[in-house]
Amino acid sequence: MLKMPLKCLDALFLELSKEHQVFAPMEKAGSVSFFPWKEGDTVCLDTLLTDHSPKSFFFPQSETLYRARREEGSLSIVPEEAEEISSVYFGVRACDRRSFEILDRVFLSTPCDSCYESKRRNGYVVTLACENPEDTCFCQTFGIDPAWPGGDVSVWIADGDLYWKSLTEKGEALTELVEGLFEAGDHEKAEEEKAKIRKKLEALPLKDLSLGRFEHPDSAMDLFESEQWETLSDTCLGCGICTFLCPTCQCYDICDYDTGHEIRKFRCWDSCMYPGFTEMSHGNNRNSQMQRFRQRFMHKLVYFPENNGGVYSCVGCGRCLRKCPSSLNIVRVIKAIGESDAEGGNDE
Amino acid sequence: MHAIEETIKETCKKLWDDGEVNRILAWEKGLFDHDAAPALFRSRERISHLVYNEHCGGNLSKFLIKEMEKEGKVLVLLKPCDTYGFNQLLSENRINREKVYILGVPCGGMRDERGLLFKCLSCKGNDFKASDQIIESDLSVPAPVPSGEEEKLNKMTAEERFAFWRGQLSKCIRCNACRNVCPACSCIKCVFDNRDSGIETKANSDAFEENLFHIIRAFHVAGRCTDCGECSRVCPQNIPLYLLNRKMIEEMNERYGTYQAGENPEAKSPLTEFKESDPEISAEYGKGGVSSC
Ligand code: SF4
Ligand code: SF4
Ligand code: SF4
Ligand code: SF4
Ligand code: SF4
Repeated sequence: MLKMPLKCLDALFLELSKEHQVFAPMEKAGSVSFFPWKEGDTVCLDTLLTDHSPKSFFFPQSETLYRARREEGSLSIVPEEAEEISSVYFGVRACDRRSFEILDRVFLSTPCDSCYESKRRNGYVVTLACENPEDTCFCQTFGIDPAWPGGDVSVWIADGDLYWKSLTEKGEALTELVEGLFEAGDHEKAEEEKAKIRKKLEALPLKDLSLGRFEHPDSAMDLFESEQWETLSDTCLGCGICTFLCPTCQCYDICDYDTGHEIRKFRCWDSCMYPGFTEMSHGNNRNSQMQRFRQRFMHKLVYFPENNGGVYSCVGCGRCLRKCPSSLNIVRVIKAIGESDAEGGNDE
Repeated sequence: MHAIEETIKETCKKLWDDGEVNRILAWEKGLFDHDAAPALFRSRERISHLVYNEHCGGNLSKFLIKEMEKEGKVLVLLKPCDTYGFNQLLSENRINREKVYILGVPCGGMRDERGLLFKCLSCKGNDFKASDQIIESDLSVPAPVPSGEEEKLNKMTAEERFAFWRGQLSKCIRCNACRNVCPACSCIKCVFDNRDSGIETKANSDAFEENLFHIIRAFHVAGRCTDCGECSRVCPQNIPLYLLNRKMIEEMNERYGTYQAGENPEAKSPLTEFKESDPEISAEYGKGGVSSC
């Protein structure tokens, strides 16, 4: 465990930026997300969760795959070179860090997604313990510990000091770069901070949320056929906020962009909440908003765990709780469908 | 507020029992105390779960479009401001008036966990512009507080304004919530979702497309936007879309005379009607159109 005064954060970032691009939560035009840091920038370590989830580090909203153009009667196809820029992501919360493991299962399993892989390989994740978890947080439901956030390096902030603990080889490499700024840190102090956080977690309104029937994969068909889906999805606007902000939503489409000189083949986030999602020549396989709504939650709570050794595709970050314009979210689904013992159980 | 909620529930039950309506668009309790969730009540028993309090900020009229396909009348709770959006949808034949029973509910300003909603700072008043029945109360909407942002933007140079909008629009994630919630955006298939339109976009692939979506949307709702503030309320990236819409409203009011969309479903919007007195924009302002914006 190492420590340094928090007021030397700039020096730390400066040291890190000698070898890496540093990303940290910063405010831009009234919203806090991760942006590349440069000297003089103010970092918002008090913001618990960034508006944009950090999945875009490795899986940006849109990225070009190749360009095709006609040249003297022949067609040239130029694949986009993967940029090998090593980046440090500073201030990632435990829930968002766990989301990377979920994305890894999708993008790194065979056939490996090379666009994602190169960014992931070149990324160093420095997590930050959640000093002040909020009412919408329910990471604990998925066994995530915000006091011990993991990553390549974990950081705690206590009494004006920053505590630094490297956890992986990559973390060691970062530590070597910045060691000069640190002194030996008191293990006790970080433990105290962890205890403080755990106490705050005890007071959160969703701390006892359990997945109920979603924990029993054998009830998949019953869950699928629940009448509650209709009632829950009546007021879904199909806007897709929940999918785009969600750190674990991973669906994308591959599209063409005709620039007039060439065709740019790019991939971009897509949302199962949209009518055009996975549209095929025969039309669409889910043609009501109820079906689309159901898909989102069945995927996260049933299909994904079924295919991934019981790992759910939700980390309890609460972004969908904060931002859905219709106050629909995964917790309401869990409560209405998971916690009801049989059909219609929670309706009346 | 509690007494009003009780009266609303009683009124709903009565209308249900009288066979007037067979479903209800209203709110139920959300997860937290500060959130009420829009819901469709499909059974009489469920009316006991209906809530009406200072967290019912959303406008339910857009949900009516989907209800038009069903049998029977739907009851909808509308606050004074919501009736403008309702009328807008009505005037564009997206709603069949015969299939809706409007219960006007009084409003004292809506809040979220941060306080009074931004849209309530420019409230249009206590009057219902459409209703079948109104719940009486002495609640009154908050007095308008000018935001001052419009003037700030007007005072900027074109370059500064461009930089402002680039900064804001570069945050847009194209979730389309602004469009999906908007009572003026009611096309059955939006041009941006239409593969055959040639401009279907699922994401902003560059700055040009970021601007394009918003400029086209602002122009398309011009003369139909009621300035309800729903788009700014739902934007997960806090983009002040109201500034774009108010600019359009300001420009149009200046040229065609003051017009409030949604106030009267019979009225014709300046852009869908021709009067001989209409200004000849290109003659007055030159071929490039209006130079001041
Ligand atoms: S659940 Fe909410 S955020 Fe998601 S698509 Fe529906 S309305 Fe939008
Ligand atoms: S479903 Fe909601 S709470 Fe779960 S990870 Fe996604 S945004 Fe966060
Ligand atoms: S969900 Fe957990 S890990 Fe995520 S911000 Fe909240 S407390 Fe921290
Ligand atoms: S709601 Fe906001 S982020 Fe979503 S498309 Fe509209 S402006 Fe963009
Ligand atoms: S304020 Fe926004 S949501 Fe409301 S009518 Fe105008 S554009 Fe649509």
